[in-house]
Amino acid sequence: MNRDIATAAPALEREADPAHATGAFLGARLTHALETAGAWLLGLLWILPLAYAVWTAFHPTEYSTRFELDAPLTLENFIAAWHAARFARYFWNTFLLVTMVLAAQLVLGTLAAYAFARFEFRGRDVLFFLVLLQLMVMPDVLIVENYATMNRIGLRDTIVAIGLPYFASGFGIFLLRQTFKTVPRELDEAARVEGAGPLQVLWRVYVPLARPVYLAYALVSVSYHWNNFLWPLIITNSVETRPLTVGLQVFSSTDQGVDWSIITAATLMTSAPLLVGFLLFQRQFVQSFMRAGIR
Amino acid sequence: MRRRVLQAIGASLVAASLPAAHAQKPIELTFYYPIAVGGAVTKTIDQMAADFEKENSDIRVKPVYAGTYQESIVKALTAFKSGQPPHLAVLLSTDMFTLIDEDAIVPIDGLLGADGKQWLDGFYDAFMQNSRTGGQTWGVPFQRSTIVLYWNKEAFQEAGLDPERAPQNWDELVEFGKKLTKTDANGNVTQWGVKIPSSGFPYWLFQGLTTPNDTILMNEAGTETYLDRPGSIEALQYWVDLSAKHKVMPGGVIEWGTTPKDFFERKAAIIWTTTGNLTNIRTNAPFPFGVAMLPEKKRRGSPTGGGNFYVFNKTSPEEQQAAMKFVRWATAPQRAAQWSIATGYVAVTPAAWETDEMKRYVQEVPQATVARDQLEHSVAEFSTHENQRVTKALNDAIQASLTGAKAPADALKDAQREADRILRRYRR
Amino acid sequence: MRSVQTQVIAWLLLLPAMVLLVAFTHWPAVATAWHSLFSTPKGSRPSVWVGAENYQLMLEDDVFWQALWNNLWFALGTIPTSIALAIVMALWVNGKIAGRGFLRLAYFTPTVLPMIAVANIWLFFYTPQYGLLNQVGQALGFASRNWLGDRDTALGAIMVVSVWKEAGFFMIFYLAALQQVSPTLAEAAALEGASRAQYFWRVLFPLLMPTTLFVLINALINSVRMIDQLFVMTRGGPDNASILLLYYIYEVGFSFWDSAYAAALTVVVLAILGATALVKFRWLDRRIHYQ
Repeated sequence: MNRDIATAAPALEREADPAHATGAFLGARLTHALETAGAWLLGLLWILPLAYAVWTAFHPTEYSTRFELDAPLTLENFIAAWHAARFARYFWNTFLLVTMVLAAQLVLGTLAAYAFARFEFRGRDVLFFLVLLQLMVMPDVLIVENYATMNRIGLRDTIVAIGLPYFASGFGIFLLRQTFKTVPRELDEAARVEGAGPLQVLWRVYVPLARPVYLAYALVSVSYHWNNFLWPLIITNSVETRPLTVGLQVFSSTDQGVDWSIITAATLMTSAPLLVGFLLFQRQFVQSFMRAGIR
Repeated sequence: MRRRVLQAIGASLVAASLPAAHAQKPIELTFYYPIAVGGAVTKTIDQMAADFEKENSDIRVKPVYAGTYQESIVKALTAFKSGQPPHLAVLLSTDMFTLIDEDAIVPIDGLLGADGKQWLDGFYDAFMQNSRTGGQTWGVPFQRSTIVLYWNKEAFQEAGLDPERAPQNWDELVEFGKKLTKTDANGNVTQWGVKIPSSGFPYWLFQGLTTPNDTILMNEAGTETYLDRPGSIEALQYWVDLSAKHKVMPGGVIEWGTTPKDFFERKAAIIWTTTGNLTNIRTNAPFPFGVAMLPEKKRRGSPTGGGNFYVFNKTSPEEQQAAMKFVRWATAPQRAAQWSIATGYVAVTPAAWETDEMKRYVQEVPQATVARDQLEHSVAEFSTHENQRVTKALNDAIQASLTGAKAPADALKDAQREADRILRRYRR
Repeated sequence: MRSVQTQVIAWLLLLPAMVLLVAFTHWPAVATAWHSLFSTPKGSRPSVWVGAENYQLMLEDDVFWQALWNNLWFALGTIPTSIALAIVMALWVNGKIAGRGFLRLAYFTPTVLPMIAVANIWLFFYTPQYGLLNQVGQALGFASRNWLGDRDTALGAIMVVSVWKEAGFFMIFYLAALQQVSPTLAEAAALEGASRAQYFWRVLFPLLMPTTLFVLINALINSVRMIDQLFVMTRGGPDNASILLLYYIYEVGFSFWDSAYAAALTVVVLAILGATALVKFRWLDRRIHYQ
């Protein structure tokens, strides 16, 4: 406390000097202005592709590469895109897929991480090593084998089949194990003393404390599976199971070349819900990160 | 135990002797198809399947959209290797050797019946060249194309050229190109004379140069390539010179997907691209344009392109027959004409061109006949065993030359050496 | 507590995850590695044992070396850049900049847009003559450049797209971490006379270390995994100037259908990644223990 006053005193003295104070004040303002400008420039650059998508989707195809402000607006691109494939269904499929995968990953990952973090058993290190390996093995290169497995189980062309290889996530297990290990053992023991079984301890003690990690992992998982293309293409055959990425492929490099108007219209149609959702809920999203951190 | 076995044998004998007509389930066919052109192709294919089912109540066709040509063959072969092949698929005509080597398709001669040979003869021979090998026919042309030259008539007029006359030979291409290339005050080019795309599959456009130079790049058995013949080197040198020497074409690799747009934006007065782009260009070009055969050197010519129907192996004989029925139905003159008009591909039989619908279309769009007329000079698309690998060697060589990394002779010699190495084992 | 009951519970907890992992990762991976020691079966020709022949071919394969080299550049180019940008973005969005909500959205947008569309939009940006970059460049007096068709710039162009797609995603993690940093720390540092740079490097950055490690792992995995844009933009060209390992593996495995060679390439990629991962994880684990 005394030290604070002692260090504060010279600072206060510095501020009391008007010339110096003004200089420092102006310097700070300038830096702040520059930073704001920099942040905004970066933001504009970053949003440029989306801005371009908005421009191109609402204007006829002649204007997809010219930016004349008096160009006519049109909704034709959206209509054409909507008719080219059943996007509502694809959106629903993707939503189901992503939710299913995340739920499975969280449940399986929590159980496994708990075992690795708090139990001693034979083969623990070997099994954990196997889990770590999964981080590095790209599912894309295992397509042929996994397709054969799906066939054998009879799950071809189902949404479950798209998600099944991903239900057990090495990354998730690793992350949760790390988090669980930092939970103080006293909490664990306190719960046990109250008569809780291992699963109850898990649910009451560990899971709530790992909330920010769950959120962070959820973000990684959703964005991965939202964007995943090749495996879903191979394993799905019908409109009822196809996710968005495969559906959007209809517009990709064709013999006829790139039609930016339609691609951007389709993109906007399918990304708008997510973007709007993020815009509306980003504060809650980040706040829940924060709230979970303050114990 | 023995009683059980005897019982089982007895039961199956009884079941086998029951009249088959009692349980007549419709044959279900899975049909993989790619989408390589814009437009509501999915709807058209679904409609086709529905129409076919109306006329053939004992067969059900399930069309499965399989992505681009590249993705379609991945999907088809993955399914095949896992024991669940599609019954038929439309795949690139150049995939034939790959499919044969994987034992994935059956020759269709056996499925055709008495009028088989006559029916096959009904297709344009240029398209059949990529469908036959070893004395057997493996694919049926469905959506095929050739390369054509599109030119901007307005730009020709501005440059003082006859807007109705496309460059007829290699010299004229350079000469016209020089007149058409415009630069601005800073010396930057605002309009190029010519653009020949070289991304993705430059070998196809390369054949648009070697064929007029009377050079064939591979044999029918798909076991030999002739990439470093003098005619071939000459063709590549000409291509490189268009940008390096004559400056009528930009340097580096030219993107296939943006070439039509370049044309609309008047950044190129002449482009080479597939005839499948005709509808696209008709709809979007803000100026009158012409379509012409590729310029000749020693002769006219172009490679063919596009996809064939294939019937898959490891399916039952009834399914193969049913698949063949669908193939014959889909390539009937009426339908071939409709498909061609809807997508821009070349109708695959002369009979299709004789239908009323086609005749009407040709009156409206006379440019559509250019691709058909070029067929008599057209040759097979580059295709060998280990097709993708050999093609990659050729593609890399072409791109290396166009970006100035290797001289054409060196690049093609390297490619030939690589191709020989790959194809050696198929020559025994 | 190594009682039998504990062990049984532990194994039960692990069982679902392990079964799926083995079925869809380890077993196929082992099968792949096993196949790399044989020749590729083709149709009626079965595969035969060839030992290390595929690996030998790999060492002689120019395209493989080009891909390896490209991946190294790619990692060096994209990982530090996207992490640095992510931190800067997080700092800005966390501070008192006007319009923070919009900025947050702007930075995060790339994550939400599907790669197919993104790649095509960037294709437009890079198109010669009338592409966005060239339009701006020509307005400023520069000549038009063929960014994707020129071997010198193709890989760089792809890297820019990757950084653009990833930085905003990583920013979210840094943002969450920053919001857990007590504001009194900043005040105390200001009172002590520390400059902002000093505050950042001596106080903030070390506090962000766990996030940085998390993000680093993700970035490393992504630098190997993110090849989707290649399919649309360059297909590895021109002449392999922008080819990446996973794309090459895909080409060899699903275009050439040379499954044995693809398996060998996969094993090499896995070995490299595995080695990197082990080192990192060992290091990570040690940090946790000492906390």
